[in-house]
Amino acid sequence: MSLLEVADVSLSFGGIRAIDGVSFSVEPGEVFTIVGPNGAGKSSLFNLVSRFYQPADGSMHFDGHDLLACQPHEVIGLGIARTFQNIELFDHATVLDNLLIGRHSRRRTRWFEDVLFLPRVRREERAHRRQVEEVIDFLELAAYRDRMIQGLPYGVRKVVEIAQALVSQPRLLLLDEPAAGLSVEETENMAWWIEDMQKDLGLTIVMVEHDMGLVSQVSDRVLAIAEGRPLAEGTPAEIQAHPEVVRAWLGGVDKA
Amino acid sequence: MSKPRFKTSYDADIDRFQGSWHRAQYLILILLALLAPWLLGSYYVGELSSVLVWSMAGMGVMLLVGHTGQVSLGHAAFMAIGAFVHLALMLRGWHFVPALMVATLASGVSGALLARPILRLSGIYLAIATLALGILVEDLAIVAEPVTGGVRGLVAPPIELFGMTIDRHGTPVAFYYLCLALVVLVTLAYANLLRSPTGRAFIAVRDSEISARALGVNVIRTKTLAFALSCAITGLAGALYAHLVQAVNFESFLVIISIALLLQVIVGGLGSIHGAFFGAVVIVVLPQGIAIGRDVLADVGIRVAAFPGLDMAVFALIIIVLMVLEPRGLYGVWLRVRTWFELFPLYRKGLFRRARSYLKTERLK
Repeated sequence: MSLLEVADVSLSFGGIRAIDGVSFSVEPGEVFTIVGPNGAGKSSLFNLVSRFYQPADGSMHFDGHDLLACQPHEVIGLGIARTFQNIELFDHATVLDNLLIGRHSRRRTRWFEDVLFLPRVRREERAHRRQVEEVIDFLELAAYRDRMIQGLPYGVRKVVEIAQALVSQPRLLLLDEPAAGLSVEETENMAWWIEDMQKDLGLTIVMVEHDMGLVSQVSDRVLAIAEGRPLAEGTPAEIQAHPEVVRAWLGGVDKA
Repeated sequence: MSKPRFKTSYDADIDRFQGSWHRAQYLILILLALLAPWLLGSYYVGELSSVLVWSMAGMGVMLLVGHTGQVSLGHAAFMAIGAFVHLALMLRGWHFVPALMVATLASGVSGALLARPILRLSGIYLAIATLALGILVEDLAIVAEPVTGGVRGLVAPPIELFGMTIDRHGTPVAFYYLCLALVVLVTLAYANLLRSPTGRAFIAVRDSEISARALGVNVIRTKTLAFALSCAITGLAGALYAHLVQAVNFESFLVIISIALLLQVIVGGLGSIHGAFFGAVVIVVLPQGIAIGRDVLADVGIRVAAFPGLDMAVFALIIIVLMVLEPRGLYGVWLRVRTWFELFPLYRKGLFRRARSYLKTERLK
């Protein structure tokens, strides 16, 4: 059974049809990439899955759960974590604090237990910290643990944001343009992280990305969309050779 | 010298105090606070009680404004609820402790009930809604005569506690200790909150609601909780304030008090518990300082008493100057001074300069 099933979703902003009948399904353990020109609706698809946007129609299921019955803050509890295109970290906090807040969906203590700081709260805090440290080790962030986000290089922030999503121990990771703004070398590193997350952690990854080098390197399957409609789906090589895709990217060469 | 060189367990980060020197600093502070009545005259003990009561109210506002990022221009309303409920119960023969608890609870619950509709607003609209609330309470205090004593208000009865009669004027030292004990308790609870998931959720909501939501924070519920806790603390401060000033009526909790509370936490430094205390010192000491300064000027023949509102103007000027020079308030000044000593002689001028920040995701709504 597919892990994520998005069936025939549509989304409108006023009179503009941002997404028009897109369907896809993601199998457990694969890296599924959505590509498309600017304004094609890739990020909107992500915002639909993470419930920030309400679809006009269609359905979305994650591991048998109806996503449409979820509030936005409940999505991560099901096991879907995401990153943002422009990085939404807490700038005035340290890397460690940013990762600890990433554990929020796993918290089990109530506020009055927190106020009294009962022994159970301390036990939970230790468990949160252990998980955070595992992710810090995994993504090699130890050097930045106590650094403020606002002083960190852009490339490191990208990795910290992925770490923040990972500490919630998700099964599905949504990466919104993980390589945007990264140097060539940082993009190579990002490809390794993505492969490691897929192979070592057994994560399923859905990614939006422009960098076709990265896409071909890590993706199992690719969905190309344009103007809110699906164009083609297949392996990276198939997509890159697909005439519809080429026309949408490079502009139509009318043969007439 | 000041910090343990190596952390050997996660508990070092979870603990309330970072190392023994940090703990010792606060023990010394508590010790000084306990010895204060012997070190200072009875007038200053009264002033210290005043600082403590305003610190408590400031902590309530700080929790909401400084740590959850929701502006309130009506927090005097919750001081009023705490004060009137507390006094009304005591005057009906309730013991001090249960009356105080019910008053705190009443402020918290009314805060939670009001939070739902009010917190749908944000920014300037939230400020205006809470401002309206603050104005409303002035009138409610007159109308709700059975509870508030109407125009005449209520007089605070002496506190019977542990076989003692505590009265702000009769036994100022006992009253000071009572305030100190409650403030220490609330401060500990506040500090606990900040090092636990609940406090992290508050700060997450303050810094980015989008991100908080994506990480699983129920934003509405978190804001409501912050509002309730904030109002409960402020209500508790209101009850103590009633004993501090001995009598309260509809004029005790004017909107200007709400504004002063907001100024207090901004001047003290938003986003730190220290800030609530620094701000309280300013709120209590500055008007006195201005009055003393005016007397000194009068002695040398400069009569400034003739200008009405001069005190407020000077107060405002000091706050503006402080904000321009140090946006993080007195807590920011304190951080710089402390760092200067810790790093001596290596302190550099640009150490606290703000780093450039990157573009945030466009708002999703």
